Amino acid sequence: METIKIMGTDDTPTVILDAENDIFEISGRSLPEDVTAFYDPILNWLDEYASSPNTKTAFNFKLVYFNTASSKLLLDILMKLEQMHEDGKDVVVKWFYPEDDEDMQEAGEEYADIVDVPFEQIGYTLN
Amino acid sequence: MDKKNVRGFLEFVYDFYKSMKAHEITLVYEGEITHQITKAFTSLTESNMAKEEESNSVQKKVFHVMVECLQNISKHADSFGSDDFLFAGRGIFMVSKGEDDYHVTTGNVIENSKIDELSRILDNINQLDKEGLKQLYKTQMREGRLSEKGGAGLGFIDIARKTGRKLEYHFLPIDEETHFFILTSTISRNG
Repeated sequence: METIKIMGTDDTPTVILDAENDIFEISGRSLPEDVTAFYDPILNWLDEYASSPNTKTAFNFKLVYFNTASSKLLLDILMKLEQMHEDGKDVVVKWFYPEDDEDMQEAGEEYADIVDVPFEQIGYTLN
Repeated sequence: MDKKNVRGFLEFVYDFYKSMKAHEITLVYEGEITHQITKAFTSLTESNMAKEEESNSVQKKVFHVMVECLQNISKHADSFGSDDFLFAGRGIFMVSKGEDDYHVTTGNVIENSKIDELSRILDNINQLDKEGLKQLYKTQMREGRLSEKGGAGLGFIDIARKTGRKLEYHFLPIDEETHFFILTSTISRNG
């Protein structure tokens, strides 16, 4: 299927959805002017992918900032992954947060509480 | 301008300058709040804070609060009357920096009919503790819908969580149909 590759800007994240090479990642900053327009193609891609996913899907979130409007759309993505998990697919969410960023760590914990999908929290050091 | 008006104007400029200094205001804007404005103000404030070696956590908090405050205005400030869109998405936005705190203040016109609902939302947030706010955020994220303009009803909750303080707000009467809504968020500079 088609690959999505969006280069990040100062207000939109980098998005790579590449089933062939097993890369599923959203990283950077997210405060798009129109959140729905930005995230719709991503959600649609996941719908299509869910119908015949890879043996294993590891979805990486490596965000440094997202606004509240984006938080809702991130949950929509996680709920699609949850649905795949419920359908018996092998899915894991990897939530990366800068080690000194408690808020980003807590955001990951909150998402892990809401969605029922294997969820790994991974702290990393910037630089 | 004739001489007298010029003098009056110059005095106004100088008084305005002094008043900004007295209130430690580092940024003030009145007008339409667009996405470009939001980006410009946040990056300006970010680079100022970096220059002054403000801690990472304070920088992040100020950034969060600024974005949510600006988006509140751009998404919710009222336009009213059939052809009067003068106030749509407009408002005043201020950032001030004191010895101990940053203050982010917004002011915008709202219709009287919306005051009850807005007060109810803000008062509900203000009576919650840290855990309660977390639960409310989760519920709202799950059940809330994105409005046409992209508001998710999460901004005020996020501000309360990031600042760790009650939302400080006031409504000042303008005329029979409208009030001026002022919200001040305070971010401590000591972590």
